[in-house]
Amino acid sequence: MTDLTDLGIKQIRDGVRAGSFSAVDVADAFTAKVSRAKALNAFLVETPEHALAAARAADAARAAGETLKPLAGVPIGMKDLFCTNGVTTTAASSILGGFTPPYESTVSQNLWDAGAGMLGKLNMDQFAMGSSNETSAFGNVISPWRRADGSNAPLAPGGSSGGSSAAVAARLCPGATGTDTGGSIRQPAAFTGISGIKPTYGRCSRWGTIAFASSLDQAGPMARDVTDCAIMLEAMAGFDKKDATSLQLDVPGWERGLSSDLKGKRVGIPKEYRVDNMPAEIEALWQQGIDWLRDAGAEIVEVSLPHTKYALPAYYIIAPAEASSNLARYDGVRYGLRDLPDGAGLQDMYAATRADGFGTEVKRRIMIGTYVLSAGFYDAYYTQAQKVRTLIARDFERAWASCDVLLTPTAPSAAFALGEKSADPIAMYLNDVFTVPSSLAGLPAMSVPGGLDANGLPLGLQIIGRSLDEQGVLNAGLAIEERAGFAARPEAWW
Amino acid sequence: MSDYRIQGATGEWEVVIGLEVHAQVTSNAKLFSGAATAFGAEPNTQVSLVDAAMPGMLPVPNRECIRQAVRTGMAIGAEINRWSRFDRKNYFYADLPQGYQISQLYHPLVGEGSVEVAPDEKNPDATKVIGVERIHVEQDAGKLMHDQHPTRSYVDLNRSGVALMEIVSRPDMRSPAEAGAYLRKLRAILRYVGSCDGNMEEGSMRADVNVSVRRPGDEFGTRTETKNVNSVRFVMQAIEHEANRQVDVLEAGGKIVQETRLFNPDTGTTRSMRSKEDAHDYRYFPDPDLLPLELDEAFLDDCRASLPELPDAKRKRYEDAGITPYNAGVLTAEVETARWFDTLLSAGAAPVQASNWVASELFGALNRLGKGIEESPVGPEQAAELLALVADGTLSGSLAKQVFEIMLDTGKAPGAIVEERGLKQTSDTGAIEAVIADVLAKNPGQLEQYRGGKVALFGFFVGQTMKAMGGKANPAVVNDLLKKALG
Repeated sequence: MTDLTDLGIKQIRDGVRAGSFSAVDVADAFTAKVSRAKALNAFLVETPEHALAAARAADAARAAGETLKPLAGVPIGMKDLFCTNGVTTTAASSILGGFTPPYESTVSQNLWDAGAGMLGKLNMDQFAMGSSNETSAFGNVISPWRRADGSNAPLAPGGSSGGSSAAVAARLCPGATGTDTGGSIRQPAAFTGISGIKPTYGRCSRWGTIAFASSLDQAGPMARDVTDCAIMLEAMAGFDKKDATSLQLDVPGWERGLSSDLKGKRVGIPKEYRVDNMPAEIEALWQQGIDWLRDAGAEIVEVSLPHTKYALPAYYIIAPAEASSNLARYDGVRYGLRDLPDGAGLQDMYAATRADGFGTEVKRRIMIGTYVLSAGFYDAYYTQAQKVRTLIARDFERAWASCDVLLTPTAPSAAFALGEKSADPIAMYLNDVFTVPSSLAGLPAMSVPGGLDANGLPLGLQIIGRSLDEQGVLNAGLAIEERAGFAARPEAWW
Repeated sequence: MSDYRIQGATGEWEVVIGLEVHAQVTSNAKLFSGAATAFGAEPNTQVSLVDAAMPGMLPVPNRECIRQAVRTGMAIGAEINRWSRFDRKNYFYADLPQGYQISQLYHPLVGEGSVEVAPDEKNPDATKVIGVERIHVEQDAGKLMHDQHPTRSYVDLNRSGVALMEIVSRPDMRSPAEAGAYLRKLRAILRYVGSCDGNMEEGSMRADVNVSVRRPGDEFGTRTETKNVNSVRFVMQAIEHEANRQVDVLEAGGKIVQETRLFNPDTGTTRSMRSKEDAHDYRYFPDPDLLPLELDEAFLDDCRASLPELPDAKRKRYEDAGITPYNAGVLTAEVETARWFDTLLSAGAAPVQASNWVASELFGALNRLGKGIEESPVGPEQAAELLALVADGTLSGSLAKQVFEIMLDTGKAPGAIVEERGLKQTSDTGAIEAVIADVLAKNPGQLEQYRGGKVALFGFFVGQTMKAMGGKANPAVVNDLLKKALG
């Protein structure tokens, strides 16, 4: 008998519809796997009852002969950045320790409305700030992958959606939600050999998702393959009048529109992404990706995105600036942690609560953000960074004159060992070098697995598309997926 | 133009005043959340998840609040910015759940406008134009309650997120009277437009008062800002006190420190709250949760079409109808009065007669009863009927007063009162002649004196005749007939 946890979203959905297995069996299989995978530390909260309730509803609907919902019988993992009604939501930060929202985020509600169930809340970098999951207040997630050299060094699952990437890669759930501010879906997907897409800014509502940097934050799915991403994104996306930046557009039928035939499509290769010291393996994989897309019928063109090198510095001004303001609400007054030393006044309470509640990386970004917005520095940093942002968006606009999608590596390296970069924030920030420009421009972008490096670790390729052209991105991703035949999976050691 | 001067020991000083008026927008819902805005509700009952700044909550602009601010801008002839943007003003305080106030620093909704004021009520034609620099919309904060517990403070978030318009004047005022007139006029405009109820006691309207002094004709001096003054009288007091304090400091060789001050209504004085050095760095930046606000022509046309006749236009219309400038000023000062008077006119009353009657009879009665015009026991339609009875000669002035008193007491229509009580004025010459003959017969002494040349006694005979007729005789007819009878 097949192990139900080996199945992806589409297979589970179709199997439940066909009656090949029951949704409850699927939920039970994943729940059991989750409960045995504590060594990965991917889940902060396990909610087997939620997954089971959704599964029972799916089975009952089928028994009653009803049309099944798009994700009926599919259990998923939920990044802990999404507020879930009655289920503790902390953004992996002590400052929200024990916080249980009395409301449901729009994205998670959309998934429940589509019939999905929740296996639990997934660990992450604290407030989505980090690229390795080491900033979680509840211990880092450990990647299910290990280097082939037998070193057994615990590896980073990527970040910030590292609980999501680890859980999907370890087959603890067939799909998980992620959020991406500067690469937080794509880089962890690349590190763990799965697929993940950040849609166009405004496709998924931000309502009920704990904010990091409002003008960049965007939710998206992480799953085993491109088709599963398309199915899940369809359920997550949609206009929401509770989010003023939500796009008032219908959700396209991305799954139905999938096609790996790229005849007539032009794929741009941005020359500025050939950064110094790029590992030869990454370079080789990129070339391999180019060949695959050419094989799929696409024309390959070289393009220039001249302001690329300014993207990372601009991002590390804009994102912390917004974060410094967004995180001001965690003040100990209304919810979450309150540290009130004896005889303390209001200011003392703020200081003690925030000193105790926020992790080092969060504090670092609040400090950077506060600095760049302060009087006398605002124009030199924030205003300048916004100008850069405009120029980067214009670079992409110009590139679209000669191509339909762009192909780049997702990250400059394979997964690194935990602790390897945590002492050097700049080295850590450099992980975002390929993912940040498209975030600043609000464009859809995805990572698909391309192959393994010499250590047997996954490497990802990134496809960036025009605004609203998720379909073009998914199709190019599918073309790579079919040719890469990526079948590697981590061996269970947990 | 104002000759208001402070007489210092070293000479005269001129006062320069600018006002930042915070006016609560009349709306059932807050600026960025659907929560209600009722005044006086139990603490923390008018609070949504957004107002409490729960994690993941987002602001969505309330169209009605924007509409009201645009209409207000149009009412002061201001430029409406078709593109504006919200900024965050960041600071920590327990009454500010988000840790920032959403406001508009860089691109306000409304640009330059002006308000014409008449600082001297007795001289309504002596007007001055006060410039308005901008109007922007922003969120109000909540309220701290320090009197609920011996060692703790409580927070009431009912006001948190309520929409305010900040109306920033130019430093164009030169006396407490001008500032008072500006505030009253602004309040009247807001109430005409319906964008703010102007209720200063409930905090719907309050002013930050910027004051500096200088030698007449000199450059502007350093200003202080007195925060949150909540009545016209207090604003005038605060200016007077602050200007005199500044003159004292300067004349003693001191310097004015740019600072924020607080007004104490019990003593009429101001005291320092914080100096510029302690001022917050608010780290303003565009709110990334909100898109720029873009207004289309259809929206602006709709705002424009919905504007009522404003005080200045109404006053001119009244004056053109022959009403005295003073009366026109009084009748247009409050929107309720103007509304009442317009109904009276549309019920057919003659403007001049009606304006005099309202200014003397009606206001007199309401004063006596301690009621506002909106609570008047006599409505404008009934008043029109009363004035029509005077105009057609049915009632004399004094009979009209009697009928009006009965109307105030009973709420009955004037026609019915006249019928019931037989108060109708008579012009029946036969009846009047008979009474005159009787009066002359009963007062031979006065008759003799009159005929001897003491013509002032004519009034005596009028009075006697009117008295004998119970006040119901038409005074003009009585006059005519008496003249004849007295030869």
